[in-house]
Amino acid sequence: MGKGGLDAEARQGFALIAPPFLYTLLVLAAPLLTLLFYSFFLYKAGYGDLVAGFTLENYRQIWADPIFRAIMERSLWVSGLVTLVTVALAFPIAYYLSFVVAPERKALWLFLITIPFWTSYLIRVFLWKVIMEQNGVINSALVGLGILDQPVTMLRTVGAIVMTLAHAYAPFAILPIFVALEKIDRSLLEAGRDLGESRLMTFWRVTLPLAMPGVIAAALIVFIPTVGDYVTPELIGGGRIPMVANFIQVQMLGLDNRPLGSAMSVSAMLAVAVVSLVFLLLNRRFLKVRA
Amino acid sequence: MSRRSFRGGGLRGYAMLYLLFLYAPIILLPLFAFNSGTIIAFPLRGFTTDWFAQMWANATLRRALTNSLTIAVSASILATCLAVFAARASTRFAFPGKGGMMGFIMLPMVLPEIIVAMSLLVVLLGVGVELSILTVIVGHTLICMPYGIAVLSTAFSSLDRSLEEAAYDLGETRWGAFRLITLPLVMPGIISSLLISFTISLDEFIIAFFLAGNQPTLPTYIFSQLRFPKQIPMIMALGTVLVALSILLLAIGEYLRRRGNARMGASASGGLL
Repeated sequence: MGKGGLDAEARQGFALIAPPFLYTLLVLAAPLLTLLFYSFFLYKAGYGDLVAGFTLENYRQIWADPIFRAIMERSLWVSGLVTLVTVALAFPIAYYLSFVVAPERKALWLFLITIPFWTSYLIRVFLWKVIMEQNGVINSALVGLGILDQPVTMLRTVGAIVMTLAHAYAPFAILPIFVALEKIDRSLLEAGRDLGESRLMTFWRVTLPLAMPGVIAAALIVFIPTVGDYVTPELIGGGRIPMVANFIQVQMLGLDNRPLGSAMSVSAMLAVAVVSLVFLLLNRRFLKVRA
Repeated sequence: MSRRSFRGGGLRGYAMLYLLFLYAPIILLPLFAFNSGTIIAFPLRGFTTDWFAQMWANATLRRALTNSLTIAVSASILATCLAVFAARASTRFAFPGKGGMMGFIMLPMVLPEIIVAMSLLVVLLGVGVELSILTVIVGHTLICMPYGIAVLSTAFSSLDRSLEEAAYDLGETRWGAFRLITLPLVMPGIISSLLISFTISLDEFIIAFFLAGNQPTLPTYIFSQLRFPKQIPMIMALGTVLVALSILLLAIGEYLRRRGNARMGASASGGLL
């Protein structure tokens, strides 16, 4: 790489990083830019073709049309709820792993927690459908045991979607919190206790702030992919609670309205980026308070 | 003292319940795969291996399996090769813009898959490339690469640089030192990266769903069968086989990773990620 001013080490670094970098440029950046271009194109119903041009109409539709906006808002708050539930359920497990489990058994616990994550996502989601169906596992068991007279409806609710996604992303939340907790200097906790703080106050004022970077990382890792989840709204929501991904699929392939589908993709990425930035700023604030 | 043990006890009970929640769906898989009833509900009927036989005889499923294996093997090898370059560059060399470039390469990890799939699809259709398992390989290589880099960076960064320098001093060329010293030492990392990429690709649904054209892969075949209640017991049998296989692969990967760590004198703590 003939860049005159660079030393040998930098040139070698560039030469090495070039293949993966160019691949990402070609297969990720170029398509994303194309999507951005398309999102400003016009759409004419009845024509299969795209009409090149520049319009903000697609974006106006997504943010102003009540139905489209509802889909975007639903995606964000369902993902927010999933994030909250997943992280809240995961924190005690990460705490248990870090503070209670004996060091030589930690690897085994981590292994146990990660196994379900490596098994087919599609089948796991489908199994929750089977579990929650009208004549499914829970209902047939409860009615069979005489606990319930009639089966309860669980599918096609936001609760069912949240439950399924909280299950699917559990290990993603546990691992970063665990890593943050492991880094905490145990003598700080002892110092807090020696200075007369109660166990609860030590947790509140020492452990929790120090674990916060892990909590925020966990929240981001859960939030970002769930916004774009396609399978769960389709299988568990039964198509009645569409989220962003389902909308994009219908616009792009079902209705062949690529400009609107592209505008939704770009809007979703923007929304995710804004939420992520807020989280990262929160994290920085926490780090500053600590320092 | 009694309070501490109570706290541990409460958390322990919660941890057990949580594990049950994590494993509940997976425990059901073999239960219904061997159940002779055609409806997935309690009470269980009798024991049968019919569903496994039916699965074995299914021609479309075999084609889906062949496709998925072709894709997973190709994508994991390509992704791992690219990841070796990136991991080596980021752990061994300093150059301007390194952080930004690495962040860019790791981007697929934090992008919703639907957007990766859709943008690729739009471009492929625009350019006029015919959708096939080849296009899925391209997409899977992209999303597997960051995981490979994450695994390999750990392997490369725990490498003792003086070993390489010793090889140079003894007259080895740069490539010779890499092949004879570095490569064997990071081999467990490379195998972990291959296994993780293979598992991710085998399980990936969205990209395969949109980029495979009319070629079935295992997840897209499963998805197409979920609408037919008659096919569900067979899917349960298939799921059981897949779960058993991933656990086996994971156990091998974990074993190799620990052996690699032990060889480099690091402690064997920490998980896969």
